[in-house]
Amino acid sequence: MSDMEMSAGAGGHAGVMEESPFAIPSGKLAMWCFVLSDAVTFSAVLFAYGYLRVGSADWSTPFQFVPSVLNGLVMTFVLLTSGLTMLAAVEAAKAGRTAAGTRWLWATCALGALFAGMHLMEWRHMIEEGWRMFQNPLGGSVHFGAAFFSITGLHLLHVLGGVVALAVIALGFPSGKYNRIDVEITGIYWHFVDLVWMFVFPLVYLMNAK
Amino acid sequence: MSEAAAHPPVHHHTAPTGFIRKYVFSVDHKVIGLQYYGLALLAVFIGMVLSWLMRLHLGWASLPIPGLEKLSPAGAPGNVMTPEYYLSLMTMHGTIMVFFVLTTAPFAGFGNYFLPIQVGAADMAFPRMNMMSFWVTFAAFLVLMAAFFVPGGPPLSGWTAYAPLSAVGQEAGPGQGMGQTLWAVSIAIFCVGQLLGSLNFIATTLDLRTKGMSLARLPFSTWAWFITSVIGLLAFAVLLPACILLFLDRVAGTSFFIPSGLVVSDRMMPHNGGSPLLWQHLFWFFGHPEVYIAILPAIGIISHILPAFLRKPLLGPRVLISCIAGIGFLSYMVWGHHMFVSGMNPFSALLFSVPTLVITIPATIATLLWIGSVYGSRLRFTTASLFCLGFISVFITGGISGFFLAQPSIDTYLHATYFVVAHFHFVMAVAAIFGMFAGTYFWMPKMIGRMMNETLGKIHFWLTFVGVYCIFMPMHYLGLAGNIRRYAAFTDDYLVPLIPTHQFITIAALATGAAQLIFFYNLVWTRFRGPKAADNPWEATSLEWSTTSPPPFDNFGGRQMVVHHDAYLYGVEGAAADYVMQTSPEAVKSPS
Repeated sequence: MSDMEMSAGAGGHAGVMEESPFAIPSGKLAMWCFVLSDAVTFSAVLFAYGYLRVGSADWSTPFQFVPSVLNGLVMTFVLLTSGLTMLAAVEAAKAGRTAAGTRWLWATCALGALFAGMHLMEWRHMIEEGWRMFQNPLGGSVHFGAAFFSITGLHLLHVLGGVVALAVIALGFPSGKYNRIDVEITGIYWHFVDLVWMFVFPLVYLMNAK
Repeated sequence: MSEAAAHPPVHHHTAPTGFIRKYVFSVDHKVIGLQYYGLALLAVFIGMVLSWLMRLHLGWASLPIPGLEKLSPAGAPGNVMTPEYYLSLMTMHGTIMVFFVLTTAPFAGFGNYFLPIQVGAADMAFPRMNMMSFWVTFAAFLVLMAAFFVPGGPPLSGWTAYAPLSAVGQEAGPGQGMGQTLWAVSIAIFCVGQLLGSLNFIATTLDLRTKGMSLARLPFSTWAWFITSVIGLLAFAVLLPACILLFLDRVAGTSFFIPSGLVVSDRMMPHNGGSPLLWQHLFWFFGHPEVYIAILPAIGIISHILPAFLRKPLLGPRVLISCIAGIGFLSYMVWGHHMFVSGMNPFSALLFSVPTLVITIPATIATLLWIGSVYGSRLRFTTASLFCLGFISVFITGGISGFFLAQPSIDTYLHATYFVVAHFHFVMAVAAIFGMFAGTYFWMPKMIGRMMNETLGKIHFWLTFVGVYCIFMPMHYLGLAGNIRRYAAFTDDYLVPLIPTHQFITIAALATGAAQLIFFYNLVWTRFRGPKAADNPWEATSLEWSTTSPPPFDNFGGRQMVVHHDAYLYGVEGAAADYVMQTSPEAVKSPS
C-alpha cells in the first residue's frame, strides 16, 4: 500500500484528487512545514544570542573541557545515536516488521530521555555554580546565562515533546493505532530536533569553551 | 451526461449531532470559519469603540466621557482620560485590530470557510487541528481582554511594544505590569494558533484539490490564502520567540532588550547589556510580513469577486498571481524601513529602501491589472462590486503614501507623524476591511443561504467610502504639518492650530462608525428576513457556487467534483450562457 493510499483514509478524503506537487501524505507535508517554521523560531533565538554576544564587551567563556564540553560531546553522541535508532525504526516500520520497529522506537525514546536527563543534570551543575538567566558568577555579561538557558531550554522542551510523542507512537504502533506513516512523521520531527542540537552545540558550547 | 454520472459519489462523512458538536467544538471548517468571522466582528466592534474614545479625546482633550471612570478609576478620574490611559487605549486598539481583526477575518474567517470548497475538498486536511487553532486564537483573545481588568490596566507601549518600555515592568507606567505581561502571553498564544492554521491551509491547498483542479485553475482567493499562510508560517515563527524573550525580560530578570544604566521613575534598572534595537529587529521581521498577511487575502478576495461582476476575466491572471507571490517574498526583505530613524547605520536605510520601492512594483502591476480589467467592461453594480472598486481606490491612496515613506530622506521627517497613521490606516484599516466587506456581501448568501439587502448595502458602502476619506485624508496634511502620532493632547504652539482638523476627523470617525450600524443591522436582517438565496445568485463560476446555499456539511453532498476549466470564464463566446462553471464539461477554448 503506497504512502498516499495509506493516509487517504484519514479524514475521509477518499475521492479522486489532483496529485499534490509534493506527492507525500498531508501529515508528512504538515510536519515538514512545522519543521520549517520551528527552524525559523530557533534561528530567531540564535540571532538574538549572536546579536547580544557581538555587542557584549565582557562575554564569558566558562566551559572547561572537563566536565562541560565533554558532557556536551556525550550528549551529542547520545542524540546522534538516537537519530540512528530512529532511522532503524522507520526502516523496520516500512518493511512491516512491527515488533522490531516498536523496539527501535522505544530505544529512541530512551536515548532522548537520557539526553534530557543529562541536560537537566548539567543545568543543575551550572545553577549550583551560580549561573542564572540574569546572573553571571564570573562577573561577565549576564547575557551568557540568558542565552544559554533560553536556547538550551527551548531545545530541551522540544526534546521532551519528542520523547512523549515517541512513547505515544510506540504504544500505539503494535496495535495498528498508528501506522508507518506516523512513525515516519515522528522521525522527521526527531531528526529536526537533532539537527537543531547540531547548531546549538557548536554555537553555545564550543564557542564558549575556555 | 447526468449529474450523478459526472460526479460519482465518494464515501460519506457522518454529520455531527448535538449543539456542542455542531456549533461550539465543531471540526467543520465552515463552522470554524464563521467562528473566526464572529470573533473578528466582536473584536472590530471593541477596536472601533476604542478608536472613538481616542478620537474624542484628541478633539476635545478635557471632555469627560461618561462611564470611562467605571472602566478605569485610575486611568480616567472624573471621566477624563489621563495621557497614559490614552496610550493604553491606543495600544489595545492597535493590537486588537491588527491581530484579531485583520489577521483573523479575511484569512482565517473566509479562508477557512471557502478554501476547502474552492479546491473541491470535503474539509480541511486536519479538521481537529483546525478546531484547535480557533480555540487557541479565542484563548489568546480572552487573555488580551483580561488586560483591561487587571491592576494598572492595559499596556501603553503601542501594538509595537517597543523595548525597553515594554520590557522593564511596572515602574515604567500604568499598565506596564500585569497588562504588558498579559499582552506578551496573549500574542504568543496567538502565534501558535496561526501556525496551526497555516499548516492546515498549506496541506489542504496542495493535497486536497479535487480532480481537474490543477494549481493553475485555483481561484485568486485560494492562491492568496495559500501564499498568506506560507508567509504566516515563517513570520509568526519569529514573533513567538520575540514574545517569549520579552516575557523572560519581564519575569525572569533577563536583559535581552534592556540596556545598562537605564533609569526609570528615578530607579536604576538592575538589567544590563541588552538591546532595544534587538526587539525592533525581531518584531519588524515579523511585523512587515504581517501587514502583507493582512492585505493579501483582501487582494485575493476582490480579484476573485470582480470578474463575476465585470462578466469578463481579469487581465493577466498569471501575472496577478506572480505579483501576489512576489509581494509575499519581498515582504521579508523590507523590515528595516520601520527603523530608518532608529539609529542604525544610515547605509542600512538604503539597503531597506530599495526593496521597499521594489515591492511597490508588483502592487502597482496588480492595481493596473484591476483598472485595466474594469475599463471597457459592463460592470454590474452590486454592493460587493462597489466595495471592490472602493478597495482599488483606497489601496492606491494608501499605497502612494507608502512611496513617500519608503524613502529614508522623506521618512526622517514623516516618521512617527500622522502621515504614517494615514498610510497604514488606508491600506490596513480601510483597504483590508473593504476586502472583508466585499467578501461578506458576496459570500453571505452562500454561507447562510439568504441574500443581503442591497439597498442597505449600497448606503453602507457610500457612507463608509466617503467617511473613510474624511477621516484619513486630512491625516496626510497633519503629518506634513508636523503632527506627531501617539500624543494624547496637543498643547505645543505649532500643534494647537491643528486641533480643528482633529475635531473634523473625530466627527467623521463617529459618523462613519455609526454608518457601520447599517451593516450590523443588515447582517441581522439577512439572518432572519433575507430572501432565500439560490445556489448561484451571482452567476459565478468557482466551486462554491456549484453547491447549495449553505453547503451541506461535507460541502458537495457526497459528490466528487470534477473541474474542467479555470475559475473566470465569463463572457465566453460560443458558450450557452455568458459564463462557464468550473465543473461544466462544456468544451470551451480556455487558456488552461
